[in-house]
Amino acid sequence: MTATVVDRQRPVIRAVAGRVGLLGGLSAVLLVSLVFAAGHGQLDIPPSEVLGSVLHKIGLDLGPVPHHPQGENTLWQVRFPRVVMAALAGACLATAGALMQGVFGNPLAEPGIVGVSAGAAVAAATVIVFEWTFAGTWTIAICAFVGGLITTLLVYVTSRDGGRTEVVTLVLTGIAVTAMTTAALAFLMFLGDTQAREEIVFWTLGSLNGSRWEYVGVVFPMAVVGIAAAMVLAPKLDLLALGDRAARHVGVDVERLRLSTIVVVAVLTAAAVAFCGIISFIGLVVPHLIRMVAGPGHRLLVPASALGGAVLLVLADLWARTLVDYADLPIGMLTALIGGPFFFWLIRRARKTSGGWA
Amino acid sequence: MSAINARGVSVAFDGTPILTDVDLDVRPGEVVALVGPNGAGKSTLLAVLAGDVEPTAGRVTIDDRDLGSYPARELARHRAVQLQKQGLAFGFRVSEVVRMGRTPWHRTDLEDDDDRIVVESMERADVVELADRLFPTLSGGEQARTSFARLLAQATPVLMLDEPTAALDIRHQESLLAVAREAAAAGAGVVVVLHDLSLAAAYADRICVLSHGAVRADGPPAEVLTAELLTEVYAHPVDVIEHDGNLLVVPVRVKGAVPWPAV
Repeated sequence: MTATVVDRQRPVIRAVAGRVGLLGGLSAVLLVSLVFAAGHGQLDIPPSEVLGSVLHKIGLDLGPVPHHPQGENTLWQVRFPRVVMAALAGACLATAGALMQGVFGNPLAEPGIVGVSAGAAVAAATVIVFEWTFAGTWTIAICAFVGGLITTLLVYVTSRDGGRTEVVTLVLTGIAVTAMTTAALAFLMFLGDTQAREEIVFWTLGSLNGSRWEYVGVVFPMAVVGIAAAMVLAPKLDLLALGDRAARHVGVDVERLRLSTIVVVAVLTAAAVAFCGIISFIGLVVPHLIRMVAGPGHRLLVPASALGGAVLLVLADLWARTLVDYADLPIGMLTALIGGPFFFWLIRRARKTSGGWA
Repeated sequence: MSAINARGVSVAFDGTPILTDVDLDVRPGEVVALVGPNGAGKSTLLAVLAGDVEPTAGRVTIDDRDLGSYPARELARHRAVQLQKQGLAFGFRVSEVVRMGRTPWHRTDLEDDDDRIVVESMERADVVELADRLFPTLSGGEQARTSFARLLAQATPVLMLDEPTAALDIRHQESLLAVAREAAAAGAGVVVVLHDLSLAAAYADRICVLSHGAVRADGPPAEVLTAELLTEVYAHPVDVIEHDGNLLVVPVRVKGAVPWPAV
């Protein structure tokens, strides 16, 4: 009797241990990446001094402070806001990707591919060109949210048929939506002055250059709310994998779940796009890698994707600004450079297994 | 009192009538088979009973309450459905899929029984050795059995199955319907769409014959399954013979069929 109970509990214990292990491991990797990335750049600061600087700031007199006269300033004015922004944007994009894949029942759904990021960027570009400031620093974020929400709904409504989203329909809808947003961006560039044009180009390329605490202050609450909401929705997304009808049969209010998920995706995408521009493929690559390691269950997939996305973007940004001396490569270009072939591989694999996604 | 009642149910898609004025009762403890030719409206009727399709006219009640008045989660505690086609967007394991059937009972006292019920359901549907396999890699019959296990795990007083035996071998056809019978013996009302009339005769308490969207006959197998009625409904000569106490329904085959003219 006791033996069978233990037998039955063993997998549960292993599952919990695996969960804690993966999330703990990713958190540790994220912390190391943050410290490492904050210390690297034109002015190198050893990790111990980076840590020391943070500890002193929070009132603990531990560890060395940066010995370089500009060290402290570089860290707090430039590096920290930038790495924190990278972590937040990466977490938002990866979580949005995991949610979209769940809600479309399709592992190829991603904010970048289906043009949701582009929709948010169009809204942001509109704000730049018409110099709207009705909500201060929040103006761009709010408009990006609305733009992202409209495009997500558009993609959702047009690409679904009979309760499922076919890969081909989704990709074609993405092409159509991207065509429209590209046209809208071109029109806005035509309308805007030289400075606005430059800012819009910055958006389409995606960059974390010029991240400031002020912006982090806007993105942080959006990321926290979005990821928390994603965690609440996660268990139900598992059931959506059964298809709409079967999900309803096991008690899911499918329409409500889908609409709330779309709003959350729009919040997360807007948070990422508002100040960093379009950074594609993070939402595709990260959830996919996590799924290969930890299976498709959203309870683990969503938080692990958030952490994984943060790690990936912090490291990708480090690479973008250190690859070429005195040059800050656009991060969106780099992620697309890596993500494109990955997407290609995914499509090949999808064809081979004809929908048997592992 | 009956588990599920449909009264005067009519459904039309784009003006084309699919069901007209259908009455059906499923009482606790009985297995009702829905049979009829292709396009007779069997799956649509099941979809109406399950609450997936809103009837254009008429009403459906579960426990004397309108189907539409149930929130999704509460309805899922009253009826479980196995669809004709199974699909799964991601590679969940068989045991995880079966466990999904327990969701309506989360955060209730019955949640404590989850592990036991999942194991029992998997045993009944004979998918224990598939437990760790990924659902999308299974054969059609294995997927159907997994979905059947999920339906059992939901542990509802009404079970609805749309051609559950279509992809199954003889052994699993028999065992699935035997399990459905056991569920009925334990008090569940079972509605099952079947194509195999001999199978329906062997396992159903009542057979409801649909033809052109209307109920053509409804009663015990021995009364309903007559050569005249089936020949008319299926537009093909059919024989009903008794063998060892079982009703066997066989199509009359033309001997020495005329060969196709050579081109």
